[in-house]
Amino acid sequence: MEEPEQTVVTHVARPASASRPQEFAPPGEVVFDVKNVSIWYSAFKAVTDVSFNIHEHEVTAFIGSSGSGKTTVLRAFNRMNDLIPGARVDGDMDYRGQALYGNDVSPIAVRRRIGMVFQKPNPFPKSIYDNVAYGPRINGERNKGRLNEIVERSLRRAALWDEVKNRLNTSGLSLSGGQAQRLCIARTIAVEPDVVLMDEPASALDPIATGAIEDLMHELKSQYTIVIVTHNMQQATRVSDRTAFFSVLTDPDSDTRTGVLVEYGRTEQIFEDPHDPRTQAYVTGRVG
Amino acid sequence: MADVTAQRPGPQLQEPRSWRRTKNRIATVLMVLSFVLVIIPLGFVLVSVVAKGASVISWSFLTSSIPVSVAPANEGGIGPAVVGTLEITALATVIAVPLGILGAIYLNEYGGKNILARLIGFMADVMTGVPSIIMGLFIYSLWVLHFGYSGLAGAFALGCLMLPIVIRSTFEMLRLVPSALREGAYALGATKARVTMTVVMPAALGGIVSGALLAVARAAGETAPLLFTILGGLSAVNVNVFSGANIALPILIFSNASSPYTGAQARGWGAALTLIAIAFILMIVARLISARFSRFSR
Repeated sequence: MEEPEQTVVTHVARPASASRPQEFAPPGEVVFDVKNVSIWYSAFKAVTDVSFNIHEHEVTAFIGSSGSGKTTVLRAFNRMNDLIPGARVDGDMDYRGQALYGNDVSPIAVRRRIGMVFQKPNPFPKSIYDNVAYGPRINGERNKGRLNEIVERSLRRAALWDEVKNRLNTSGLSLSGGQAQRLCIARTIAVEPDVVLMDEPASALDPIATGAIEDLMHELKSQYTIVIVTHNMQQATRVSDRTAFFSVLTDPDSDTRTGVLVEYGRTEQIFEDPHDPRTQAYVTGRVG
Repeated sequence: MADVTAQRPGPQLQEPRSWRRTKNRIATVLMVLSFVLVIIPLGFVLVSVVAKGASVISWSFLTSSIPVSVAPANEGGIGPAVVGTLEITALATVIAVPLGILGAIYLNEYGGKNILARLIGFMADVMTGVPSIIMGLFIYSLWVLHFGYSGLAGAFALGCLMLPIVIRSTFEMLRLVPSALREGAYALGATKARVTMTVVMPAALGGIVSGALLAVARAAGETAPLLFTILGGLSAVNVNVFSGANIALPILIFSNASSPYTGAQARGWGAALTLIAIAFILMIVARLISARFSRFSR
């Protein structure tokens, strides 16, 4: 849980191919500033006292065992937890200097800037075209020409265009698992979000489709900030710049379990030189 | 190589004669038997209605006005009752289906587990069990006593019968829509109303439409609620569905079936066949529409 300040070092240390020059903002600007955040589902404290920063144009991976609160924290970033009755966020969670859970903040507006790709591909039962055009349309885009352009650009960026360009009018549900997940990514980036959250986006996919999605993340991070939850540690080392390791803390007195952030740092450091013994046990002991 | 494997006793792949196998046989036979038992009465109803009703059916039978009971079978027809049934059922559909769909959307998408939603859900279930004649009496005392008999009153009564069916079937269809679809739309910044209208409803529309049409078909065949609300007994078409007594196929069947005259009885069978045909057509339309709407759902 140290070193969130070393942002510039991170970018110098990465090979040039992995992080292109930033035209948008100074490298490594903080996108999410998380301070002492605890998340509750009614009386159950799912995550306890988490603090860390997420940096612009980086891929940040959340790893850790089931029940350690990775997905809960991820879903807090675009306020998807609001949809669960009884969910509550304590502490400070800032997005580009604004309190995400401020009184006048609309979750709708938040989600238009912070998109999400889910574990299971969830294309709408609409045509491929309408799936991708859904986001732009809810933002008020009606112009047919511009929509066509957005759909093509998004599908190209999601590396799906060549496979579907001749059947844009067929159902999104007719695609294979890997294609459907790329469609969901295309749908997410069609609204030009600032951040893309991914909740185990490749866990239901075969290695080839997984590789395609990982390549995509490398492509996309020049334009977006990506946060990914993954159970696959090789995947974390392949795609991420920083890694957060979450773990389950059991309180023997009350027999309650809660998720905590054990260690956060550059991915190389977490995997090669973990400071916390729990991190070491996780990244070495249970690989493969 | 082949010889070696041939000599070795292979795994036994044949199902041994066992109690498990016998149980399977018994269950299969029982299922076929119950299917046959179900199909027999259905078949008899259809065959007897077609046998007795088909002979009088003709275009003039379907459109002519209703003659006096003593008239022979080849005179007059059931036109006013066909028109009345179509008018009243259509009006009942216009009243009940939008209301029922909106109610189910409230129950599933907005209400959640709050008191109001639970109360509405419970009342809808209770309404499903209310006998149709009670619905007729209800509208009779509430509307007919003040404004007189009319097709509209009949539509109210049929609408009351359809409402809980539409609510229940729509609710079940909405519940089947995976929450992952809703989340996907929310994650793009859609409002709740938008998620409901552009993702949830289209995903469930096929089932909702066929559920609604089943309710329509059910209501079209109801007799009791109409006896108290549209009166019947007309011989000419009453185009004005909003005022004056009207006539519908079920009432005509009811009065003709209890008539001593063979001509009237024959017209009653013809009316019965017509009613079944209308219900049948509605079912087919329901199937076609749900196939049309589920174009993208596979």
